Amino acid sequence: MPSGLDRDVQKAVVRLRLNGEEVELLLPVHKTLLEVLREDLALTGTKHGCELGECGTCTVLIDGSPQLSCLVLPLQVEGRAITTIEGMAAGAVDHPLQAAFTELAAAQCGYCTPGILLAAKSLLDSSPSPTRQEIQEALAGNLCRCTGYAKILEAVELAAARMATA
Amino acid sequence: MTADLGSIGRSFAKLDGSAKVRGQAIYADDIALPRMLHCRILRAQAPHARILSVDTSAARRIPGVVAVLTGRDLPIRFGILPVSQDEAALEEHKVRYVGDPVAAVAAVDEETAAAACEAIKVEYQLLEPVMTIDEALREAADEPIQEAFSKRADNIHRMVSYEFGDLAAGFAAADLVREDVFFFQGNTHLPMEQHSAVATYVDDRLTLWSSTQVVHYVHRALSRVLELPMSRIRVIGAAHGGGFGGKTDPFAHEIVVARLAMLTGRPVKCTLTREEVFYAHRGRHPTLMWYRTGVRRDGRITAMHLRTALDGGAYGSYGAASVFYTGTLQTVTYDIPAYKFEGVRVYTNKPPCGPKRGHGTPQGRFGIELHLEKIAHELGIDPVELKRRNFVKPFSRAVNWLRVTSCGLEECTAKVLEASGYAARPRTVGHGMGFAISSYMSGAGTAIYWNDMPHSEVQIKVDRTGATLYCGAMDIGQGSDMVLAQVAAEELGLEPRDIRLVTADTDLTPVDLGSYSSRVTFMAGNAALEAARKMRSLIVTAVAEKMGVADLEEIDVGGGRIGEFSFEEACVIATTKLGALSTTGSYKPPRIGGPFKGSGVGPSPAYSYSAAVVEVEADARTGLVTVLKVWIAHDIGRSINPLLVTGQVEGGVYMGLGEALMEEQEFRKGLHKWPSMLEYKSPTFLDTPPIETILVETIDPEGPYGAKEAGQGPLLPVIPAVNAAVFDALGVWVDETPITPEKVLRALQAKAKGNPPRHGPKGFPAVPYPDPIRVEPPRADDLRVGAELEAAFAQAPQD
Repeated sequence: MPSGLDRDVQKAVVRLRLNGEEVELLLPVHKTLLEVLREDLALTGTKHGCELGECGTCTVLIDGSPQLSCLVLPLQVEGRAITTIEGMAAGAVDHPLQAAFTELAAAQCGYCTPGILLAAKSLLDSSPSPTRQEIQEALAGNLCRCTGYAKILEAVELAAARMATA
Repeated sequence: MTADLGSIGRSFAKLDGSAKVRGQAIYADDIALPRMLHCRILRAQAPHARILSVDTSAARRIPGVVAVLTGRDLPIRFGILPVSQDEAALEEHKVRYVGDPVAAVAAVDEETAAAACEAIKVEYQLLEPVMTIDEALREAADEPIQEAFSKRADNIHRMVSYEFGDLAAGFAAADLVREDVFFFQGNTHLPMEQHSAVATYVDDRLTLWSSTQVVHYVHRALSRVLELPMSRIRVIGAAHGGGFGGKTDPFAHEIVVARLAMLTGRPVKCTLTREEVFYAHRGRHPTLMWYRTGVRRDGRITAMHLRTALDGGAYGSYGAASVFYTGTLQTVTYDIPAYKFEGVRVYTNKPPCGPKRGHGTPQGRFGIELHLEKIAHELGIDPVELKRRNFVKPFSRAVNWLRVTSCGLEECTAKVLEASGYAARPRTVGHGMGFAISSYMSGAGTAIYWNDMPHSEVQIKVDRTGATLYCGAMDIGQGSDMVLAQVAAEELGLEPRDIRLVTADTDLTPVDLGSYSSRVTFMAGNAALEAARKMRSLIVTAVAEKMGVADLEEIDVGGGRIGEFSFEEACVIATTKLGALSTTGSYKPPRIGGPFKGSGVGPSPAYSYSAAVVEVEADARTGLVTVLKVWIAHDIGRSINPLLVTGQVEGGVYMGLGEALMEEQEFRKGLHKWPSMLEYKSPTFLDTPPIETILVETIDPEGPYGAKEAGQGPLLPVIPAVNAAVFDALGVWVDETPITPEKVLRALQAKAKGNPPRHGPKGFPAVPYPDPIRVEPPRADDLRVGAELEAAFAQAPQD
């Protein structure tokens, strides 16, 4: 793509393991993972609220731990497992967190939802029965303006309970 | 029917719930079209300046730049209210706040567009900026901010002055008259989604996808500024990432991308940066308030006089209405026999203020609740008891002619007091509980642009494939699509998910005035109810004929069946008889307001009511206030979907807590002090306490199945209840928002020095309010509306 910027843009071939699939891209090295996911790979399920690492909206999982994709360069995460919201469900079957969020209307406008779901998944993967305080701490970096967080907390607890008995 | 409801009153998950948890919902910025260009807007860096020249030549030479626009390309001014057509998509001659749009670039990518914006040279002649209410009330140094629009030497935008009933007699009858001043700080919506719009121009038709709360108002603004007939413009509400009132105005970027698409023949997208969102604003007006109230010894109010002064920012936006809202709804919670209200809104060189959740009423609610608390303490009456003694009665008419119908104020109060254990709360230093009430409109009774048409229109289509409902209302996350589906499902005997919904698309859906003013459930709900009942009648008639049944009442509708047929079979029978079926419903509120100019702001066909108790821990050493729990009871009329209603209540409480404790915006030399999500403090998971919601149903006679609003009212009582709780804990008042540790400590220091135990504004400025419009109050039992009411007016009614 022709760019009007008066500088040479360094590019690199980057290989990503994305939602279990291998992808190879030629990318300007300064492009963030958030931009690459949304603009180069059309994975628009990952949202953005500030692009400064402040709101948690663009959270994805890198090797299972939550990272802000607006602060990550693809080169940094080559070869590591990247999970976006598109990779959370097992095909047609929702992850228990997704099912609980839908059931309890924990997503209102839904814009912060993908990031919160992934952060919550990371929590439950490492701590299957978290206390409410632990959930609040794990998700404190993710802002939501619609829900007052109440139904999100209930949904995470519901999913944890269901996963424990599954 | 109402005795045995099917879908109504049941909790259903939102229709788009699955798409949203799977990342499949398409928000405006998710749209990418072939050959799409990216737009960035160059914004003013000075708060008040004349534009001497704009040189775009260097920007145009940058490879990848496809088009550049300046104010000359979009000279027609627009604005949300007919009385405030004061904005330009790009300013040509003058900028009025840092962030005012000046030029725009469409380029092959966002980076190039941004670089081109930087290459545009704008020569400014700086003018004296006006940053405070006090400065705005004085004669302008250079020229008024709205130099051509306002026709005044100062920066006053709007003044209102009313006297309802005999104020002097009311004060004369009082045993105690008290005055207090309060300040409500400005704050912003902070939607998680940045505003975004995408336009295409194909076959001489413009299509715009936008993150908006009201496709209809965007449609109107595009038509006006681009001089295209509305029939050649299609506005589609993309999945919505949060509004709270912040996306109810038409915005410059929406008009700019449309013009660029027309100019380039390519799709164009513009997504605001987070910083731009802070400057786009339209949020809470910083408001000074002065209350003077007379009460009898028993606490009964005899008269009230309120003055408000709103810092409006640089443009009108909804401000001409906002100024009314600071003073109008006090009378639908408390019975005020004589009421004088004077309000002023001024222009300042800051981003324009407008409607944020509660629109103008949180300020007045904050003031009146704390003012009555103070009066109660002075009289030695329990504040809750004093407030209760003044509650309005259901089915009554207030001194300013607002009509109250269903009213669960007393029941809400009783329930929160009981649930919270307020009366038996521990009385220890540092621990406190506060109580407050509120009310909000279920949609404004008058349209913002004058017309006699319905406020909401719904169409239902049935053919051999089933039923589809069409409505212009935008689901902004509150779940209004599900509410409409539930209404149609109820009438057609289906489950909500059996109904297909098409909403917020101006090509396909009949007009609805959008998702603001807490109007969708009430107004679009009533329109859907009418359309669905007509459709039911058509299908039942066809089925009865097929069954050879004369009495339509014998045809049962429910459980997916109509008479002896499944709904699908009934659709075939009805379509065979009549062809494709289409019914419409519409809703227009009756005239409710009194016979005086300005009576159009405040009337609503129904008011919701809320009562809240907030429990705090307040540290006298650090000044830190921690909210432990909030109990809130909300009179929803009827809860069509309890799951979604509690979601609205919880979200409102949360947003109220943010305004009470931390959210504020201030400007230094025209620059926002905190234009980022890190610095603009908002409550996180860790800051938000448990919220106990109690729904009270009063079955409003005019709401769909008795329903009223939930989106805005529950925010209102939370803010004063926090401050009342801090007084309960520490014995000091913080008479302004937000209640930061610093302010608590200042109030404690004042108390320690023997001064009045408060922190807050010292006084209220001298405002040249006009002589009041004197209005004879109605009889409290006069519930007439519409033509019957108008016939009783001595002169022709005016809005």
